[in-house]
Amino acid sequence: MAKMQALNCRECGKEYPTEALHVCELCFGPLEVKYNYTEIKQAISRASIEAGPRSLWRYSALLPIEGTPTVGIHAGFTPLVRANNLGAFLGLDELYIKNDCVNHPTLSFKDRVVAVALTRARELGYETAACASTGNLANSVAAHAAQAGMQCYVFIPGDLETAKVLGNLIYRPKVIEVEGTYDDVNRLCSEIAAERRWAFVNVNIRPYYAEGSKTLAFETVEQLGWQAPDHVVVPMASGSLLTKIWKGLNELHTVGLIGPVSTKVNGAQAEGCSPIATAFKQGRDFFKPVKPNTIAKSLAIGNPADGYYALKTAMESGGQMETVTDEEIVEGIKLLAQTEGIFTETAGGVTIGVLQKLVKQGIIKKEDVTVAYITGNGLKTQEAVVDSVGRPIRIPPSLVKFEQMFG
Amino acid sequence: MSKLRFHIRFPEEKIPEPIIYQIGHEYNVVTSIRRADIRETTGWMDVEFSGETQEIERAIEGLRQKGVLVDPIELNVVE
Repeated sequence: MAKMQALNCRECGKEYPTEALHVCELCFGPLEVKYNYTEIKQAISRASIEAGPRSLWRYSALLPIEGTPTVGIHAGFTPLVRANNLGAFLGLDELYIKNDCVNHPTLSFKDRVVAVALTRARELGYETAACASTGNLANSVAAHAAQAGMQCYVFIPGDLETAKVLGNLIYRPKVIEVEGTYDDVNRLCSEIAAERRWAFVNVNIRPYYAEGSKTLAFETVEQLGWQAPDHVVVPMASGSLLTKIWKGLNELHTVGLIGPVSTKVNGAQAEGCSPIATAFKQGRDFFKPVKPNTIAKSLAIGNPADGYYALKTAMESGGQMETVTDEEIVEGIKLLAQTEGIFTETAGGVTIGVLQKLVKQGIIKKEDVTVAYITGNGLKTQEAVVDSVGRPIRIPPSLVKFEQMFG
Repeated sequence: MSKLRFHIRFPEEKIPEPIIYQIGHEYNVVTSIRRADIRETTGWMDVEFSGETQEIERAIEGLRQKGVLVDPIELNVVE
């Protein structure tokens, strides 16, 4: 029997073949990959994983592909940095940063999900990759499609900053600027995904795409010496990443690689776009969509597809959710850079800001093994910090002057 | 004939109104509710609209004019 048993509706449980489907035809609930864990358990071991490639594909037994990976061969297996300086600053004995700032090839965690999505898409016979994105996802899809020799369509809102458009154009996909509001772009892309035989990674390929996020959990556990952390702090956009880290941790237990999981999964959002965290704090099991207004553009999803499931996950794991202001995001970026030498984009500032709050609130304690997920590189959002990092000290080309100033 | 799927959200003041019934009368579309959660202060439905594409688009615009929020079934796909 294959390791992928079916696609399974997360609401009614109806099963579907493992094709390019994402919505249950019966109840319109989202579909998720269902695995044959009994078979996987027999085939997987710590040793077999440790002998695998230094990429996310060392966990291919728990990923939704049938053959060998063909796209994104080098994605994943990013450093888990023991953050002694930041830990000391916050009062934590054992803090780690999972640093996806250095993911290959486009410096964000999206390289994980896109590697899995496009490998699966090619298995399903797709020759064209597509996505709708304002940033990291578009970069990653365009880069991977270029490497894989696939046609590529990237849909973006018409008012996107030049630098972000350039980051896509360099890979030579067809970049399509859609006139109208964000909602118009969203609706059009959903309709195009239904009409064309394209691998729209976060629409019709979403059940496979989302599974790539589990590798952040797998790597964390392995890099901690096959131990699940006490707390994780995860940025939330669609909410998918948080749910998949929880799924990944529990899968490792299911296949016998670790004991029962008691990790508390904490979610982080920017105050200017916090539909999930706000619902959590108000004790609601549903979220109210919002119009985003934050510098954390990569988390600015006002009507998140996995918001409901993220709420459930935080509650089930005993985690919390918190928000930070734009000012706190910038402070978080600077704090991580100045203590650990890691320059993160705004989403990372959200994670660090929320980590700091959870420690102050006593939710994360001194002795807790804690992992903060840093999902993107600061070089991509330099505009967020350009006014708050000071200027170079200008001196004439004179040793005397230098000694006067710094001697 | 097209079939399109939408996620529809009702603000609190619209909860008592029979909006889906009205849309079926005002436009030449058939509505099929697959999942819903209607509470005192908020509500949503996952609905399939069947009909000519242009008529479905008119019905969706009609829903928006009634103050109802309409999104693709996938919610936000721009990431």
